[in-house]
Amino acid sequence: MKTYTADFGVSMYQILAEDGSVRGDLPELSDDKLIEFYKWMLLTRLYDQRAFNLQRQGRIGTYAPFSGQEAAQIGSFAALKNTDWLATSYREMAGLIYHGLPMEHALLYSMGHPDGGKMPTNLNVLPVQIIIAGQVLHAVGAGLASKLRGESNIAVTYYGDGASSQGDVHEAMNFAAVYKAPVIFFCQNNHWAISVPVSKQMATPTIAQKAVAYGMEGIRVDGNDVLAVYSAMKYAADRARSGEGPTLIEAVTYRLGSHTTADDPTRYRNETELKEWQEKRDPLIRFRIFLENKGIWNEQQENEWREEAKQKIDAAVEKAESHPKAEPSSFFDHVYADLTGPLAEQKQDFVQRLNQGEGR
Amino acid sequence: MANMTMIQAIQDAMRVAMEADSRVLVLGEDIGKNGGVFRATEGLMAAFGENRVIDTPLAESGIIGTAVGLALNGMRPIAEIQFLGFIYETMDQVSAQAARMRFRSQGRFSVPMVIRSPFGGGVRTPELHSDSLEALFLHSPGIKVVMPSNPYDAKGLLLAALADDDPVLFLEPMKLYRAFRGEVPEGSYQVPLGKANVVQEGNDVTVIAWGPTVPVALEAAKSVSDQQGVSCEVIDLRTISPIDIDTIVNSVQKTGKAVIVHEAVRAGGVGAEITAQINERAFLSLEAPVARVTGYDTPYPVPTLEDYWLPDAKRTGEAILRTVHF
Repeated sequence: MKTYTADFGVSMYQILAEDGSVRGDLPELSDDKLIEFYKWMLLTRLYDQRAFNLQRQGRIGTYAPFSGQEAAQIGSFAALKNTDWLATSYREMAGLIYHGLPMEHALLYSMGHPDGGKMPTNLNVLPVQIIIAGQVLHAVGAGLASKLRGESNIAVTYYGDGASSQGDVHEAMNFAAVYKAPVIFFCQNNHWAISVPVSKQMATPTIAQKAVAYGMEGIRVDGNDVLAVYSAMKYAADRARSGEGPTLIEAVTYRLGSHTTADDPTRYRNETELKEWQEKRDPLIRFRIFLENKGIWNEQQENEWREEAKQKIDAAVEKAESHPKAEPSSFFDHVYADLTGPLAEQKQDFVQRLNQGEGR
Repeated sequence: MANMTMIQAIQDAMRVAMEADSRVLVLGEDIGKNGGVFRATEGLMAAFGENRVIDTPLAESGIIGTAVGLALNGMRPIAEIQFLGFIYETMDQVSAQAARMRFRSQGRFSVPMVIRSPFGGGVRTPELHSDSLEALFLHSPGIKVVMPSNPYDAKGLLLAALADDDPVLFLEPMKLYRAFRGEVPEGSYQVPLGKANVVQEGNDVTVIAWGPTVPVALEAAKSVSDQQGVSCEVIDLRTISPIDIDTIVNSVQKTGKAVIVHEAVRAGGVGAEITAQINERAFLSLEAPVARVTGYDTPYPVPTLEDYWLPDAKRTGEAILRTVHF
């Protein structure tokens, strides 16, 4: 009997080492672009911290922090076009803000405003997904539709290591590979699915190796190395656009904070591990050292940008908080294209109660 | 006009829609080369090619989730779930994804797709093939549920479902696929969603049925009329979500009595919803409790026992007489 086990020998693609030194081929990016990457990473880090505080102050609802994952998000979104289709989870706000989602819009979602799900019409971004892996198949369909219609748009789905355990990810990767759909599966392995470590989530040493089973290309990239992430994503996007089919990218990163503001990671996570990622592998520190070594960033710029970023965030918070309240009866309006008979009746009854001051 | 079985009418509807609109495509298991296990899609792959008639991997959630993405990005997919019992595999993609996308995106995105699936008993299928699960989707806001009972309606309702901007679950009674033929117009026509059909007018009692129980209700109505001269008004609901409650209420106000016949299990079924609405809207017209003739609250039984389980004309006739003589 011949049996198979495979050590796929998946290695991690990296350009910048943890100390900011260059270990691989730098992508062709102008100094301005490099600075832009860093500015977005810092801006979204500060946004994340602010959002967390806003939740603690009771000004927004449950929030899922992404600190630690800025390089994975900014680096990957940077290789996409505005017209590409994006199906993300709730933890990709850094990437989505970079992609063009106004910060105040991102806050609206956490504030529980219905407009939070209404993505700007110039972007092909689906409302963020709460059901783990529910969005992954939508990217396959959207990508396939672009291909069938002869458009060059690709579809990208973002999900986490926990989502990799869901059946829908299997079905989606299988479908995409069979149809050679222009889809990128971007898995941010942040090591923890709420309290369950990746080692208890799956028995495989990497997520990237799963590509082998589906007949697609896989890349394991250092998700805290923004340049490596950008290069990997650009490679996958070029493949998809030129009809070569789907790619699985595993971005190895780390969630520095809690799963959401409702979660206490000290119950399950060891302090040493967190420190290791915080002190040695923070994607912002690494990239900042690289920029400083390159002589295109310094402390003064850092301080100026931090100040500017805070002002941008303040303005966004103000905008979100002054956004008009939703009309309560609006929840009847987008269930069906046209209000159905039974629903029209319920709405009428509801509005009447509201007008009589009996609403709620 | 052509004389067609229901399965031919369904196939004709898909062909007409695909000829008229290049956005319409069909996907599912065995629907291409094989033409579907019931031959609903026979010949479509040869006519429209592999890009519009797609044999998928064996993965129900994959079929529906992919169709959601196709619909989001401008296509009009018809996804086939081979047997309705398999739709449990897709509950998230149907009820939490397709049905809610318009709501979650505040109208930015819609999912104009049709899910076709055969269902219903009396054809000796293995387990989980025959179940009537329409109530699950009545309970899922954002999706419409259509259940035709004859070839004319099947084609017209399917074309209306395809023109609809919302996701529509189109449930096809297996037993009626080839049970009889009917006149079906050529080309395109629509039977509007959400409108019940008064199949037979009557004065003594309203009998409400849909899909496979419409012929059962008609047979029972004939027998109580022959035996005791009871005059039944028979309503074919056609659409389970939204329910055309006005047609039902108008009829109950006339007859004062109602019997609901469905194959699905009784508890929490569509019959319970209709009964509640009759109570809310026509209570003072009622001269007897609303009766339900349904499958029992058990899993669908094995083929050798299913005829005992299914509501038939005898049980229905007894319920009608009990109600009329209350």
